[in-house]
Amino acid sequence: MTQTTRSLITALALAIAVTAPASAQTRELLNSSYDIARELFADYNTLFKAHWKEQTGETVTIRQSHAGSSKQARAILQGLKADVVTYNQVTDVNILAERGRLIPTDWADRLPNNSSPYYSTMAFLVREGNPKDIDNWDDLVREDVDLIMPNPKTSGNARYTFLAAMGYAQQRFGDDPERIDAFLSDLLERVQVFDSGGRGSTTTFVERGLGDVLLTFESEVNNIATLHPDQRFEVVVPEVSFRAEFPVTMIDANVEANGTEDLARAYLEHLYSTEAQRLLAGFNYRVHDDTVQAENADRFPNVELLSVEEIAGSWDNAMEIFASGGRLDQLQRR
Amino acid sequence: MQAEADSISSSVAKRVLPGFGLSLGVSLFFLGLVVLLPITGLFIRAAGMGWEAFWFVISDPRVVAAFRVTVLTALAASLFNCVFGVLMAWVLVRYSFPGRRLLDALMDLPFALPTAVAGITLAALFAENGWYGQALARVGIEVAYTPLGIIVAMAFTSVPFVVRTVQPVLEDLPGEDEEAAMSLGASDLTVFRRILLPSLWPAIVTGGGLSFARSLGEYGAVIFIAGNSPYISEVISLMILVRLEEYDFPAASAIAAVVLTASLVLLLVINIWQERSVKRLRGG
Repeated sequence: MTQTTRSLITALALAIAVTAPASAQTRELLNSSYDIARELFADYNTLFKAHWKEQTGETVTIRQSHAGSSKQARAILQGLKADVVTYNQVTDVNILAERGRLIPTDWADRLPNNSSPYYSTMAFLVREGNPKDIDNWDDLVREDVDLIMPNPKTSGNARYTFLAAMGYAQQRFGDDPERIDAFLSDLLERVQVFDSGGRGSTTTFVERGLGDVLLTFESEVNNIATLHPDQRFEVVVPEVSFRAEFPVTMIDANVEANGTEDLARAYLEHLYSTEAQRLLAGFNYRVHDDTVQAENADRFPNVELLSVEEIAGSWDNAMEIFASGGRLDQLQRR
Repeated sequence: MQAEADSISSSVAKRVLPGFGLSLGVSLFFLGLVVLLPITGLFIRAAGMGWEAFWFVISDPRVVAAFRVTVLTALAASLFNCVFGVLMAWVLVRYSFPGRRLLDALMDLPFALPTAVAGITLAALFAENGWYGQALARVGIEVAYTPLGIIVAMAFTSVPFVVRTVQPVLEDLPGEDEEAAMSLGASDLTVFRRILLPSLWPAIVTGGGLSFARSLGEYGAVIFIAGNSPYISEVISLMILVRLEEYDFPAASAIAAVVLTASLVLLLVINIWQERSVKRLRGG
């Protein structure tokens, strides 16, 4: 070993020694998530922090940021250094790959089940005793029924509801596009208030007392029913609906800059652990873990869940429907 | 007139800020930094798309409908504010009663309150199960989730404009003119029409114009009470958000540029008009 290499090694060792205390300080992880997952991730963060401490002895701080998931994605595109995203829309993660080039385009293959540790479907919440006798999509287009759902233009939640209705109509009317369109147009016509997001619709239905049916995620519908036992809402899960996936991924460009790759990866992988899946099921999300699934079999009715591929072919096609001048605009034209 | 001109020039002589050049320079610099630069950025972003694409975006039927809804409701809200605002200013200036100072301070609340808070509160009040909504529902008037709701929200957030522009003019107006007119046997209505209105008119129009410009871009308060039904109760600021939600930044900028231009032109017209009518009032 020559003198120069030796001094190089010493320098390197010194550099590591100098930077080591810095990295031993609490590291931070920023999770950019959707609006209604605030409580869910508050609980999960506690779970993960304990797990990480046990595994590595390191104490970490996890910061949460919640808003509409497209708004969150825009913030990242504009430079927010979030380490991981946990969204309720595949397209909002895709945009980070396509427009921002912050993650690889095949991000969905990095974790099991299309990188979606949990999923849900679209369901109906009706008032006490189900006075309008709602049990399927057909009941929603009746003249005497008023619907509350967010605006499909501003809410992923509502886009899923639209796709679910479309999937149902395709099964029901087969190859007759005119009848499918008529059904969808009738459904949109029955909507009394288009709030800009899911929580807004919940407020309109629960607090303002408007509408006969609230259309939103099964998880949200169940949460509302549990949170307002006095109002005795009833949950209706239609026999055909949409499989709404909740994609998660780390932002490669950001974790590299923040030095949090190992942490980000573990944070997302741990979502698939049995204890995390149990927590997710507690928030009324459907999960993949067999044990947890068996434990909750009675809480999640076994209905037919269609994927976006089955309904529209692909996410790109689906988003065409909602683009300006697209099919949704045509259906709502007056 | 001459005496007034003298007093102005003598007050100009005693300047607090250093040098006209420096003061103007600093003001223009900050104006440019805070107002002109972002606005130019917006226009450049919109202009990057070419006229044809620009026209395509803003002539979309749904966007046009939103423009129509916004302009009509903003107009209604401003007209309401012109009446109510003058009344409010009148009460605050010409009467003294316990709690007047409090009322005066309350008048600024719509400015201080985050508009979203205003929107949520108004929606709660005017919903069918809310305090006002219940009563109004009995006579068959629906406010929340209709265009009427938009008017209420816009009127609430912009009423201080009218009050605060009319108030100082009213304070400056000598009460003697009214008393003289009344002692000569003029009715209350005549006094208002012939003595007060001619002097207050410029201030009312200015306040109403500001209120209109503000209402054009109102989002937070409106969104919670509008119902947002396509072609009926969608406002233009919602359409901007929709385009952003589609990651269509140029289209959002294009719509925003139209609103911005409308507001700028409106403010300019008000300023020119006000200057002229002030001259006319002074007999210049």
